[in-house]
Amino acid sequence: MSDTLAGAPPRAAIAIPELTAWQALRTNRNWLGFWFMLPAIAFLVLFLVYPLGLGMWLSFTDAKIGSAGKFVGLDNYEWIIGDSKFQGAVFNTLFYTFVASVIKFAVGLYLALLLNENMPFKALIRALILIPFIVPTVLSAIAFWWIYDPTFSIVSWSLRKMGWISGNINFLGDAWNSRWSVIFANVWRGVPFIAITLLAGLQTVSPSLYEAATLDGATRWQNFRHITYPLLTPIIAVVMTFSVLFTFTDFQLIKVLTNGGPAGATELMATMSYNTAILGGRIGEGAAISTAMVPFLLGAIMISWFGLQRRKWQSGENNE
Amino acid sequence: MSNSPATPSAVTAKNDDSVGMTYLATLPQQIVTVYTPLLLIVFVLLFPFYWMVITALKPKEHLLDLETHNPFWTWSPTFEHINDLLFKTDYPIWLWNTMLISVAATVLSLIASVFAAYAITRIRFRGAQMVGGLIFLAYLVPPSILFIPLSTVIYQYGLFDTPFALILTYPTILIPFSTWLLMGYFKTIPYELEECALMDGASRWQIMTKIILPLAVPGLISASIFCLTLCWNEFIYALTFINTTSKKTVPVAILSAFTDGDQYRWGSLMAGALVGSLPLVILYAFFVEHYVSAMTGAVKE
Repeated sequence: MSDTLAGAPPRAAIAIPELTAWQALRTNRNWLGFWFMLPAIAFLVLFLVYPLGLGMWLSFTDAKIGSAGKFVGLDNYEWIIGDSKFQGAVFNTLFYTFVASVIKFAVGLYLALLLNENMPFKALIRALILIPFIVPTVLSAIAFWWIYDPTFSIVSWSLRKMGWISGNINFLGDAWNSRWSVIFANVWRGVPFIAITLLAGLQTVSPSLYEAATLDGATRWQNFRHITYPLLTPIIAVVMTFSVLFTFTDFQLIKVLTNGGPAGATELMATMSYNTAILGGRIGEGAAISTAMVPFLLGAIMISWFGLQRRKWQSGENNE
Repeated sequence: MSNSPATPSAVTAKNDDSVGMTYLATLPQQIVTVYTPLLLIVFVLLFPFYWMVITALKPKEHLLDLETHNPFWTWSPTFEHINDLLFKTDYPIWLWNTMLISVAATVLSLIASVFAAYAITRIRFRGAQMVGGLIFLAYLVPPSILFIPLSTVIYQYGLFDTPFALILTYPTILIPFSTWLLMGYFKTIPYELEECALMDGASRWQIMTKIILPLAVPGLISASIFCLTLCWNEFIYALTFINTTSKKTVPVAILSAFTDGDQYRWGSLMAGALVGSLPLVILYAFFVEHYVSAMTGAVKE
């Protein structure tokens, strides 16, 4: 906490004892901090903390659209846990999150390593790779919807022309096909973020480490395993936490591509809570579904926290 | 790619410190291990956009006829889809809504974030560290678990179906992110500058507007571009809080407007997706570096 000392107020030496209450409000460090924090805190309390608490409360009530509802205890939770649709949504969400995150991580890391090589037009290639991340998800999902069309899909057409398949692929009409199709679209959208942030991490690794290891006879794999990977772990932890978090709570892609179908095969917890609460009007039940996501999110945050801790430990005392 | 320098020494000489040991690999080796996989990935990443553009420019009768015309290319590009979109639908209004909401939310968030980041890094009031940590936690609360209670809150506050429903809720997504980004920038500004100004009798307000903000301009640009993109991209709040078609934002409106029955109007849909993405892509093209630093900065902090 050496920075607290460095930041000690120069004005402390000239502090005048008879500050009026008004002057204290304007100059006292803590009051000043409070005034400066006020706009941000106001937004976050009104539109984030309060709704978060309200959501928990609503999940214990039988609120409907237009009626406040009354306390019903754990009824909503008991109902959704026994509901096979909810069980399906939990399975789909976990499957979707796990598979998409693993693939995103593998492809993202691979892409980052490729981009870390020395090559011409590097800046241009990096700029192009980020485009899927810039374009609004819904708009690129619409493009995927068209690519996945049952009769006019360009992918089916190309594969058919090459003679690999005889009939069109029913991308979004079959349970497993649609799961893999939405996972592919999610991976497509998520890889640029992971690749570019990991690339930023890779660029901080000094090339001399690899040179030294290679002189000692290390192979490429050993270089990666014992230099790149350990040095990258903290960034990987943070990036993957974000990735898992946003994949787990994904809504847009599913809403556009399948709307949970066919027959609930791609229903995620987020889309199910929307359908229940907003379209179905059963606010309490929907709130219970979305509150059920919280334990999983806490798990992800814990992973992030331990990742950060390790970084502090790795970089020694200097963690500013 | 074929015009890359042939001799390894030219490579090392021409480029910066990040060369590493690339010079040990020969060009044929690099083609197999680097360029081919890279090209493949870039192709997959960009193909949907190519497909979007080509579909938006194809005449209607070519769209659903893959046999007589080569689907990958068109010799008779037409602007009829884009024309229909801009002059026969409410698309310009949606685009305007999206822009207005994004800019308003970004401005509000930036003002709040500048004050918050300054207070946390510089005023160091009691509990500043903890408040910083809490703001980071707010970053981890996803809209998908907030939108149900938030819709009742919006209703209570009387904001339902107004642009303010979005302008006031988007900052909850943007403030945590931009506060952390700006904290990183403010920390790099030497404290001595501020001490000097304080000695000379400057107020906190003067220090912030005259010293800190001018020095943090790159950070402000990064934060605002990123915020704009996030707003433009936002879907679940816009879908839940806005009912009237003429008040919707592009991502929401386009979904409901062009899907009449089973016969999707692919040309209009693709044109809508294309026109809706273009402003962001153009903005991005001008500020790539700021963008990357915003993305990586928030993660590195």
